[in-house]
Amino acid sequence: MSNAQPFEGARTEARQGGGSSSTTPALKEWPLWEVFVRSKQGLEHKHCGSLHAADASQALHMARDVYTRRQEGVSIWVVPSAAITASNPDDKGELFDPAADKIYRHPTFYEIPEEVGHM
Amino acid sequence: MSAIADYILHLADNAVVLGQRNAEWCGHGPILEEDLALANVSLDLIGQARLLYQRAATLLGGDATEDSLAYFRDAAEFRNYTLLELPHHGPLVGYAASDRDYATTIVRNFLYSALMVQLWEGLTKSSDSELAAIAAKSLKEASYHLHHARDWLVRLGDGTDESHARVQAAVDHLMPYTEEFWTPSPAESAAAAAGVGVDVRSLRAGWDALVNDAFAEATVTRPAFRGYVTEGKVGVHSEHLGFLLTEMQSLARAHPGATW
Repeated sequence: MSNAQPFEGARTEARQGGGSSSTTPALKEWPLWEVFVRSKQGLEHKHCGSLHAADASQALHMARDVYTRRQEGVSIWVVPSAAITASNPDDKGELFDPAADKIYRHPTFYEIPEEVGHM
Repeated sequence: MSAIADYILHLADNAVVLGQRNAEWCGHGPILEEDLALANVSLDLIGQARLLYQRAATLLGGDATEDSLAYFRDAAEFRNYTLLELPHHGPLVGYAASDRDYATTIVRNFLYSALMVQLWEGLTKSSDSELAAIAAKSLKEASYHLHHARDWLVRLGDGTDESHARVQAAVDHLMPYTEEFWTPSPAESAAAAAGVGVDVRSLRAGWDALVNDAFAEATVTRPAFRGYVTEGKVGVHSEHLGFLLTEMQSLARAHPGATW
């Protein structure tokens, strides 16, 4: 996020001579954020979409308004999209295909004792 | 009309008029996320208005319903603050949709929700148990509206030179209308005396603190009060309310009793 322009406080900083707003061109678009929401029943946060926002707290508010209007969630995470390192689709073959013929990695060959119950 | 019903109509009219105004941004917001946020605020306000109109209709009896109160009263019968009926424009500009000023929208929402968080808080102790329940629900919504508007007020006020100038102009334009908050109407006085309402004057110090704190953070100057104190809450409105109601009421008046 090195190119991100601080939005809030830019004027104060400029007045105090500490800002870079006069030398750095303003962003045409705000940074992109990925939104994760945990539902009432869910234990984990699930990715539900993305949005543009000036900073983290604004992203959180906007996520509330965009993604939880229909009681979808009880907790929200936002993450700068730029902080996510994604695997390269071209590496799909070497990354994922070797797992295809290793069905013994699924725990389906074990008999589960009655008293363990549902796993 | 009973003073208590009149007081609840004042609360309902505030909510429906600002809800209608803010809904004008629906589909025209500055960015998609903000468009949705403001539509959410509008829906909260219209939801509050429905509950309040239903309560008022019960108190009024006869043929009154939430629809008759919202759609079949004329401007002079509305009891909302004049502040809330003003267009999203600074003073002395045209009223074309393209001239809407988001700073005005934000500053108005801030000034109103800074009042309402305190008023709803007070009304949770109303002797009218239905009004107290409506207040408890509305307090959470108003707290979010305040959070939203204050956040933008600070971002814009302490943003670029242009956003600062627009916020300052909106503050200069709208602040005089807030003086109306502090002069109790006959209905407000009667409701407060009956334990149903709140003495609005008791909210002023808290409101001042919220406003001054946010203005300082937003690097905005608070103008000294001068001039005319508006009286929308006793039915003396600006010319803008008639146009707003014409649009809001047109469908219900063209097709009375229509349902879908």
